[in-house]
Amino acid sequence: MAAEQRAAPSTTTTAQGAKPYDDVPGTTIFDTDQARKGYWLNQFAASLMSAANRTRFLADERAYLDEWEMTEEQKQAVLDRDLNRMIALGGNIYFLARIGATDGRSFQQMAGSMTGMSEEDYRAMMVAGGRTPQGNRYRSEWEASGGPNSTPNDQGAAQAEGQKG
Amino acid sequence: MARVTASVYTSHVPAIGVALDLGKTDEDYWQPLFAGYQPSKQWMADNTPDVIFLVYNDHATAFSLDVIPTFAIGTAAAFRVADEGWGPRPVPDVIGHPVLAAHIAQEVIMQDFDLTVVNKLPVDHGLTVPLSLMFGQPGGGRPGGGRDAAWPCPVIPFAVNVVQYPVPSGRRCLALGRAIRRAIESYPEDLDVQVWGTGGMSHQLQGPRAGLINPEFDNAFLDSLIADPEATAEIPHVDYIREAGSEGIELVMWLIARGAMSDMSDQGGPTPTVRHRFYHVPASNTAVGHLILEETV
Repeated sequence: MAAEQRAAPSTTTTAQGAKPYDDVPGTTIFDTDQARKGYWLNQFAASLMSAANRTRFLADERAYLDEWEMTEEQKQAVLDRDLNRMIALGGNIYFLARIGATDGRSFQQMAGSMTGMSEEDYRAMMVAGGRTPQGNRYRSEWEASGGPNSTPNDQGAAQAEGQKG
Repeated sequence: MARVTASVYTSHVPAIGVALDLGKTDEDYWQPLFAGYQPSKQWMADNTPDVIFLVYNDHATAFSLDVIPTFAIGTAAAFRVADEGWGPRPVPDVIGHPVLAAHIAQEVIMQDFDLTVVNKLPVDHGLTVPLSLMFGQPGGGRPGGGRDAAWPCPVIPFAVNVVQYPVPSGRRCLALGRAIRRAIESYPEDLDVQVWGTGGMSHQLQGPRAGLINPEFDNAFLDSLIADPEATAEIPHVDYIREAGSEGIELVMWLIARGAMSDMSDQGGPTPTVRHRFYHVPASNTAVGHLILEETV
């Protein structure tokens, strides 16, 4: 790691200017700015930790959402189950996971749904060692290549194995 | 006097809890993971401490966005197992050690770490999955049958905010571990205490980059945590995010446990003995890492 990175006064967030993690692609860091935007969205999601609330939400999602001071955009993102949108609007994955749990979805299904991959392809990528960091560290890499690198870590090894055999 | 005998490090993936609770541990997908913890269960049986000081993070379970303590110590007599949206895990409630916890709170705050003291703290998978991995399922592993059993020893939960930035730095976590060791060593009763650090390793649960795993980073982290924790503590947040995924930041909690070992103390001490080391990909979205470090005697 570079010495100047270490010496930086904050590796987290301020209300001013660029943040050190802005250049990480496909990633939204839940900082105080995001938390401020997403306060009610996340508090709504937290309410689904109660079985009674889960039942009430599923019975009439719109009515339940209208009890919260969320923006219309946030409500629509919940109704659409669009996790990337919810995160852009201030949601945090651990809060939003309560919505997935209410729908009976696993963390893997939720995470996969944000990648543009099918559930099967995402699972296969994870079984093969997960998404490689190669080409996935900087926004500039995605701009050059057109998007995320979904090559699994073990693909190189698997291919080498295949050649041997 | 109380003493720190060992530190334990492990990931705390929720899907591991589900696999245990539904009796799936022999399935091809899970078998290699649980095989890696087999030596740990034996070690735990041979080295059950009097108390575990368990560093973990709450996943928006006990703490909503209303209150976000950076460091919170559980001082209650018992902690119930939380309903995280899927219903509570079928494992026993966690019995605390209120007297030792209050002592640690006092001694650590007097060393200028401003802890939040918590008495109502429903504990989530971050705390219960490590217990299940290390002890096995209470109640003989009957799926859904463990609520009435008991964990083998009391646990002091210690929750660290790694969910909403700013989260604590690695340097702060290592120094906090040192303060916790001093606090434990000033407790008059003769107790064996283990300090556990949980979470990680590389994983990202959100956005188009979800699924990121970095075995090179993870293994270098394990090497460095063992041999050069001071250097590990200097890793900036952005490096965890870029290299280990947005949720890989949980690894800062491992530095609290590492700081509690004698070689990090003012008096200094021998490098701890690596009793067990294990790494496996994947558990759901996550790389699983595990270490047992014993005090060298």
